[in-house]
Amino acid sequence: MSATREVISSGNDLAARASVDAGCMFFAGYPLTPSSEIMHTISDLLPKVGGAAIQMEDEIAGVAAAIGAGMSGVRTLTATSGPGISLKAENLGLAQMCEVPLVVHNVMRGGPSTGLPTRVSQGDVAQAKNPSHGDYKSITLCAGNLAECYTETVRAFNLADRFMQPVFVLLDETIGHMHAKAQIPTVEAVKAGIVPRKTFDGPAEEYLPYGVEQDEPAVLNPMFKGYRYHYTGLHHDASGFPTEEIETCRKLIDRLFAKVDNYKDEIELNEEYMIDDADILLIGYGSASLAIKEAVNTLRKEGIKVGMFRPITLWPSPEKRMHELGQKFDKVLSIELNQGQYLEEVQRSMGRLDIQKLIKTNGRPFSPADIIEKVKEIF
Amino acid sequence: MAFNYDKYLRTNKMPTLWCWGCGDGVILKSFIRAVAKIGWEKDDICVVSGIGCSGRFSSYIDFNTVHTTHGRTIAFATGIKLANPDKHVVCVAGDGDGLAIGGNHTIHGCRRNIDITMILINNFIYGLTNSQTSPTTPQGMWTVSQKAGNIDPTFDACKLAIAAGASFVARETVNSPKKLEKILIQAMEHKGFSFVDVQSNCHINLGRKNKMQSAMATLDWINSNTVSKKKYDSLPPEEQKNLFPTGVLKQDTEVSEYCDMYEEIKKVHQGERKKITQDDFKKKI
Repeated sequence: MSATREVISSGNDLAARASVDAGCMFFAGYPLTPSSEIMHTISDLLPKVGGAAIQMEDEIAGVAAAIGAGMSGVRTLTATSGPGISLKAENLGLAQMCEVPLVVHNVMRGGPSTGLPTRVSQGDVAQAKNPSHGDYKSITLCAGNLAECYTETVRAFNLADRFMQPVFVLLDETIGHMHAKAQIPTVEAVKAGIVPRKTFDGPAEEYLPYGVEQDEPAVLNPMFKGYRYHYTGLHHDASGFPTEEIETCRKLIDRLFAKVDNYKDEIELNEEYMIDDADILLIGYGSASLAIKEAVNTLRKEGIKVGMFRPITLWPSPEKRMHELGQKFDKVLSIELNQGQYLEEVQRSMGRLDIQKLIKTNGRPFSPADIIEKVKEIF
Repeated sequence: MAFNYDKYLRTNKMPTLWCWGCGDGVILKSFIRAVAKIGWEKDDICVVSGIGCSGRFSSYIDFNTVHTTHGRTIAFATGIKLANPDKHVVCVAGDGDGLAIGGNHTIHGCRRNIDITMILINNFIYGLTNSQTSPTTPQGMWTVSQKAGNIDPTFDACKLAIAAGASFVARETVNSPKKLEKILIQAMEHKGFSFVDVQSNCHINLGRKNKMQSAMATLDWINSNTVSKKKYDSLPPEEQKNLFPTGVLKQDTEVSEYCDMYEEIKKVHQGERKKITQDDFKKKI
């Protein structure tokens, strides 16, 4: 356990602070409720450490500028909510294709469309899996409490550089605007844990940014250091230049999957709360898990043995662990603030269609009473 | 002695994707000569292109190069420049790229006055995708998306750039490679956002579908539409109407550059100066 400190802060504020502590030197974004406080905080923090933050003309430009900075070699961030992700989607695909590391905070609000701008939802979980067209593999983390707004942001920056691709951190309106005490790692502990992206230091004429093993990410050197290469959203060969050669195209997309699929262990993170002796399994994530946990505690006082499984990494999903749990528990209830976007993943992983669900899509958070009532009703 | 382009080209990527006689090659060569004359190191330059024939520009030159999404060159370039303010960033965009899908970024790049040079390769048509109407297609011309004749009013890219606040705005055509080289040198040496509208020939997908069968015929048409700024200014308004002035149309060295201003933001946050106020903008900050 690394050294920690106690702070009083909000989720959005902690997301911004974690970014800077994790070595982020660039932010570009556009105001979008309920995420804007991330931009407000980081606009003060980055110039202090010699970095830069810029409010762009729109969401598309926000992610584009952030990716541009990432291409040049610095750790980079953008933050928004669902409508902003919709607009950023095409360029997120470019970052996947070019393998540019980038952290994207999505502080989820009610949708679709303008939806409920100041109210909570978990409606962008499916979007986070495939925001852009084409085939690629999303890495999506989801903060379930205030401290995780900090720790998952730090983890996201390290994963982005490890896997060379965008990493989503999902917050939601409840957790982004929650203001309370949190126990978070010290700055020194965060700095000690930073693993920068791999670089190539051989002769420039031998440098092949995409000439890597079939399950490894690209090795992209910083710009302006003597390794001049080409980024393109077109299918490209080992040198990074456009190609339509059949095998090269197939292998590129296969590699974008394999680089994540073969190393899921490095990405997966779950919380298991009181499931060892439980009869009933509740599955939930993000701010919903706060209410679930309290419901577990209350139900147990009444003698009903419930436990909670909480994926912190939503994509790729913890399918193996969920499969095991699906064999162990007859009674499973999936709880989320959408119509069941992750329920489908639970069903797929468990190989079962009899998973119960508790959903809410009216912009209000769950209360523990909602969950207690549902558990008593169905089990 | 002949100029040695090979030093700046990725010769193993030749031949280019461009059609025989395309003006884009003239622009590429003029740009390379301009860079060589300024004396920038290849490592210190990043060229950002978008989508379209012009999008391939970046892949042929031996700099740090980025082929981005349609219309977003300036947005990507802004991130690259602001994160690396001591490096040189050049955008290459087409007329559809920079004025239609990416028009908003063009406006705001000009407004911010960030030290980026934007080369707008303006061939009056969506050439790569077979002749759809672009924002600069003259009214009345045939396009594949308006076969009855284009009714959409035509954009004057330089007027847009001037109005949006670019501190250097110029226009040249591929008919005058030497003048183009000189203008590109001025644009790239200018501190601030420099915008160059380079009128180029697409005889394949504009010309031959509009009674200009060859590259030469299309170049002659461009020539007939353009006059030097000096001559343009001497003409009565009714004669200016369908003409584009060439040369440097605006250069303002008094307006502050964005990265320079951002250095002041850093100073504020690092406790080295007071907050920036409206009074500070009475002069260059």
